Amino acid sequence: MGMFSGLGEKLNHIFSKLAHRGKLTELEIKQAMREVRVALLEADVNFVVAKDFINKVSEKAVGEDILKSLTPGQQVIKIVKDELVALMGSTNQKLEVAPSPPTVIMLCGLQGAGKTTMCGKLGFLLKKQGKKPMLVACDIYRPAAINQLKVVAGNANVDFYEKGTQSPVKTALEAIELAKRKGLDTVIIDTAGRLQINAELMQELEEIKKAVKPTEILLTVDAMTGQEAVNVAKEFDDKLNITGVILTKLDGDTRGGAALSIKAVTGKPIKFSGIGEKLGDLEPFHPDRMASRILGMGDVLTLIEKAQESVNEEQMKKLEENIRKNTFTFDDFLVQFEQLSKIGSLSDILAMLPGTMGKFKPEDIDESRVKVYKAIIQSMTPKERANPDLIKASQRKRIAKGSGTSIQEVNQLIKQFEQVKLMMKNQNNPRMKKLMGRRFF
Amino acid sequence: MGFFSRLFEGMKKTKKSFGEKLKYIFTGNDIDEDFYEELEFVLVSSDIGVETTEYIIDELRERAKKNKVKKTEDCKHLLKEILVDILSQNKPEKLGSPCVIMVLGVNGVGKTTTIGKLAKKFTDEGKKVVLAAADTFRAAASDQLEVWANRAKVKVVTNEHGVDPAAVVYDSIQAAKARNADVLLIDTAGRLHNKAVLMEELKKISRVVNKEYPEAEYHKMVIVDGATGQNAISQVELFNEAVELTDVSITKLDGTSKGGFLISLAKDFDLAIRYVGVGETADDLLDFDPKEFVDAIL
Ligand SMILES: Nc1nc2c(ncn2[C@@H]2O[C@H](COP(=O)(O)OP(=O)(O)O)[C@@H](O)[C@H]2O)c(=O)[nH]1
Ligand SMILES: Nc1nc2c(ncn2[C@@H]2O[C@H](COP(=O)(O)OP(=O)(O)O)[C@@H](O)[C@H]2O)c(=O)[nH]1
Ligand SMILES: [Mg+2]
Ligand SMILES: [Mg+2]
Repeated sequence: MGMFSGLGEKLNHIFSKLAHRGKLTELEIKQAMREVRVALLEADVNFVVAKDFINKVSEKAVGEDILKSLTPGQQVIKIVKDELVALMGSTNQKLEVAPSPPTVIMLCGLQGAGKTTMCGKLGFLLKKQGKKPMLVACDIYRPAAINQLKVVAGNANVDFYEKGTQSPVKTALEAIELAKRKGLDTVIIDTAGRLQINAELMQELEEIKKAVKPTEILLTVDAMTGQEAVNVAKEFDDKLNITGVILTKLDGDTRGGAALSIKAVTGKPIKFSGIGEKLGDLEPFHPDRMASRILGMGDVLTLIEKAQESVNEEQMKKLEENIRKNTFTFDDFLVQFEQLSKIGSLSDILAMLPGTMGKFKPEDIDESRVKVYKAIIQSMTPKERANPDLIKASQRKRIAKGSGTSIQEVNQLIKQFEQVKLMMKNQNNPRMKKLMGRRFF
Repeated sequence: MGFFSRLFEGMKKTKKSFGEKLKYIFTGNDIDEDFYEELEFVLVSSDIGVETTEYIIDELRERAKKNKVKKTEDCKHLLKEILVDILSQNKPEKLGSPCVIMVLGVNGVGKTTTIGKLAKKFTDEGKKVVLAAADTFRAAASDQLEVWANRAKVKVVTNEHGVDPAAVVYDSIQAAKARNADVLLIDTAGRLHNKAVLMEELKKISRVVNKEYPEAEYHKMVIVDGATGQNAISQVELFNEAVELTDVSITKLDGTSKGGFLISLAKDFDLAIRYVGVGETADDLLDFDPKEFVDAIL
């Protein structure tokens, strides 16, 4: 799989016969949009939402100029992507603060979406910002739910309140009173998971809302959710008039089309992404990354832009030359590392890469390892760097010693180097080579 | 309440239920492209996925031609037949004794709850059950399993938070042997399938089971949340790569999702589809039935 895997590849294929530069025609757009539609559906964007979206974008695309720097296929992707970003984006991502404390935040959603975990993450975040949050256990149904929140609150080192299985409305009210007395500024209410069609439990949420008048009502949604995300979101929004959405489990490999569906039916801002099970695994929502992810292509355009901004053209030319001549050396490898660190944090880049390359996870290649590799390469002689075949067992030992690393680490680097070299050799697409030259992982 | 009525209870409450939608599709009209387009909508909307939907529609076109079916209303049973055929490929066999079921899946799908339900079901069937709390990661995970164990009055083997789950599994195998248990159910921590380190942990648990309990019939059952979209395929693919799955079960079908990805799974993987979760209480578990499942989609 290459840089423009999936959708990009298909579109390039459609447009490959059209060498023209000029405006996109209606027929071209129609063909392209068929592929875009499939990409959206494969990403779990709701069927109806996808249809509406395609219609809207098609109208926009007709007659658009093809930018000099892009192919028609890329141009369509750019139009689609820009529209996705515009739709999912919002300036209103910050948590609202109540005029007089405490600010009350209520989380709600289906079972297992990640509400309790998210309460902990929000508490942890607010605490880091110097606030004084309290978590309140209002899930009185799931076995050990209260205890789970208690542990989470303990880990986040924030206040916690529970009153067993007494009515959640009463517990929430008591908690707010207590928060006022203790001078705490934010109360985060964890509620039980429920199906949006469960009238009784939806009523319970309405009652909590009525009693405590939350500043924020955040619908927590699993990013892996399929077509029904629209009905879930719509129903919660109709009943509760939610103020925002949180997407969880974005550390997985889901394309996350639910994000678009939910935004489309509720219009409410997506405020945060959950990206792991730990307290710190919380990020602001990035519409841009989400758009690329939905289209199944990593954040290619951003990456190209970023790379172009930060890369030293002179060095890159030489690198491309070497790749073409298949004389890729450790020096080139090192140049790449340096370019990478200029472009941004490695894990960010990995997250943006599509296809096979995107499968390298930050666990495999973290930034500390990049530092280690740099030290190793710098301990090689210029000859060894230019001709890796010279590095035999005794050289490896010397290099390990010189760089303060282990032989295993040296071996690992050499292995990775060989892999990258092979990967480049296998890429006969010149464009691909060019891009790969910029970031090979 | 049966499977069918439970599933429909949920669906009735959504404004545009598929039942309604389909009444409007399977009319006395002639089959035309509009019909296939509507059908695509219905199938994709139940999370069957574009590729499998295309496969199903192609198959339907063929069977309609072969059977000289002209009216859309007569298509319905052909379509059901296609889906039931796919779903019936791998019927689950009766569980042996002793047997181990390692339950795995991504986070929050209902692993622990399903184990709680199974503990009750097996106990009711007169089997001796032991539970292993091998989720040593999530806050209060073993407390949750203990609640279920107490409800079913079965033995649960736990250990401290943060302990190597393989160690818990080792202990639980000894307990199962000592008690002559029929079934050992292993609850594992939720994990996303794209995390290599966590997949290694599952392999390690599997090695322990294979080594310490070779006489037991070993099932590796993945649980998929019924509300999941196309990511279900990736989940099963990667878990399968890691531990060679034997069974799959689906949860939360009491909601409005249809779990259509199950059809792709049945088509592309060699897995027995075993149970269906339809609620949060101990009795909300059903044996999977292809025909009833299809009836709930169409
Ligand atoms: N990988 C990952 N797991 C998550 C994330 N958020 C929550 N989880 C896990 O999902 C499961 C369900 O979370 P929980 O907070 O109990 O969900 P709740 O039922 O909505 O309260 C737990 O195993 C969590 O550790 C996330 O962003 N990424
Ligand atoms: N409605 C419904 N909820 C379920 C079902 N199975 C599990 N749950 C709920 O889903 C949430 C997560 O379940 P749990 O067993 O803790 O998931 P685990 O993280 O995979 O072990 C809990 O709130 C359960 O009550 C089901 O079949 N239907
Ligand atoms: Mg919870
Ligand atoms: Mg669990």
